[in-house]
Amino acid sequence: MQLTTRSKRVSNKKLSLGERLYLPAIVGGLGITIRHFFKKKVTIQYPEEQRSMSEVFRGLHVLKRDEVGRERCTACGLCAVACPAEAITMVAAERQPGEEHLYREEKYAAVYEINMLRCIFCGLCEEACPKSAIYLQSDKLAPAFYSRADIIYGKDRLLQSMDSIKTTSLKSGLTNSDRYVDKVWKDGKY
Amino acid sequence: MDIYFFLAKAVIILVIFGITLLVATYSTYAERKVAAFMQDRLGPNRAGPWGLLQPIADAGKMFFKEDFIPANASKWLFIAGPSLAMLTACLTSCVIPFGGTLDLTFLGIDQPVQLQGIDVNIGILYVFGLVSLGVYGVMIGGWASNNKFSLLGAIRAASQNISYELAMSLSIIAIIMMTGSLSISQIVADQDSFFKWNIWRQPVGFIIFITCAFAECNRTPFDLPECETELIGGYHTEYSSMKLGFYLFAEYINMFVSSAVISALYFGGYHFPGESLLAGVLPEGALGHNLLTMIGAGVFFFKILFFIFFFMWVRWTIARFRYDQLMNLGWKSLIPLSIANILVTGVVILLLNN
Repeated sequence: MQLTTRSKRVSNKKLSLGERLYLPAIVGGLGITIRHFFKKKVTIQYPEEQRSMSEVFRGLHVLKRDEVGRERCTACGLCAVACPAEAITMVAAERQPGEEHLYREEKYAAVYEINMLRCIFCGLCEEACPKSAIYLQSDKLAPAFYSRADIIYGKDRLLQSMDSIKTTSLKSGLTNSDRYVDKVWKDGKY
Repeated sequence: MDIYFFLAKAVIILVIFGITLLVATYSTYAERKVAAFMQDRLGPNRAGPWGLLQPIADAGKMFFKEDFIPANASKWLFIAGPSLAMLTACLTSCVIPFGGTLDLTFLGIDQPVQLQGIDVNIGILYVFGLVSLGVYGVMIGGWASNNKFSLLGAIRAASQNISYELAMSLSIIAIIMMTGSLSISQIVADQDSFFKWNIWRQPVGFIIFITCAFAECNRTPFDLPECETELIGGYHTEYSSMKLGFYLFAEYINMFVSSAVISALYFGGYHFPGESLLAGVLPEGALGHNLLTMIGAGVFFFKILFFIFFFMWVRWTIARFRYDQLMNLGWKSLIPLSIANILVTGVVILLLNN
């Protein structure tokens, strides 16, 4: 009775003289290795060469500014609540008269810190943010660090630089997953 | 013997020694590169352009490591082991003819100077003598380490080398019978045209010889003395720093010498096809003669490098033998085969001479 279609009949036949000489098999093996010798290598040489990342890749965080360069974050704390790794801490402060060009809302984050050792890059902070203030960049990885103090990212390293607000416009409060759904819809590949 | 001839010989010996060490150094780099390429990787490419400074970085690392001698090791033998391995490896290359003769009459040397350390009439015997001495380096190192695995590796190395030396020497006897000389330069001179290369006249002997050469150099598929998976490195388990470096380096020098001996004995040494044609094109006199000799030496080095590559190629193709398979192959296949080869060669020589 045959139980499976994948069974192979084992043969115990004696090796022929050619097989016992080893040499034809060795020559065949040498042929295989030399073919690999000249094959194109698949290695990506990391620091010089970088693998292109997916549009929805969740990399290093950025705190966004609006079109005129004001910080979007209003220190509501929803990101910190949403964070499953409890990586985000913030201290809120009130905007003083004359600071309207710095902060968009009346309340802003005086301190905003993300612990990159805790962060699991899930992107829930991005989903939670009602002000489209925090994003995980798809083209930038959280870099390696040498000391423990290096891994707590404050506003100094998280805030979007003033130079880049002119070049990249904010995509109207869409999160990565929203953009992915949009793209799939547009491409018709769902 | 005049002083200039002596000086010219001294320069040649120094150059041969330097080239031997250089080739051995870069064999370590080539080994890693070839291994990588055959496994679809890129290999070392960070130190210098294409990683060319890697051997220097490796040597620097070796020198700066702690030179440790285990407490229960026999101290003097522990040091003698790698020294002996290195010494015997370095001594071998002096009898190999790297090229024909140089005409140096313009320097006031009347005799033709051969590109060879010394032309002894027992060259091949000298090589075998030194190669079998090389076992002592491994044996003493393994014994002195006072470590079970090292001792096992050393015993394996000794028995393997003794078994394969027999077949190796027997396969050479056929060539010696044909040439009638033990001198390597005489054997090379005998293969002066492409169809007189010994590979055509002694194909079985060549296969036996190259198999034994792999075993003598402790290279895969016969690298049982130093197999990492079974013996954690074999005889050099306890070695560190440059003593370990010497063992590894000696292996590469042995590989270079084996390749040189294979090319000299079976592939016509510094002779190459079209040599007589080229000699007609080159200018007459000393200049043309010297040019031809240098081209011959270049060809010889090309052959050596090819065989070093072949050693590496085989290493990344064939898996290691089991110990009983190794001994079966040596004693039950190669030795009877080489004796049969001697008999056939003797009969053919007898028939041709009558």
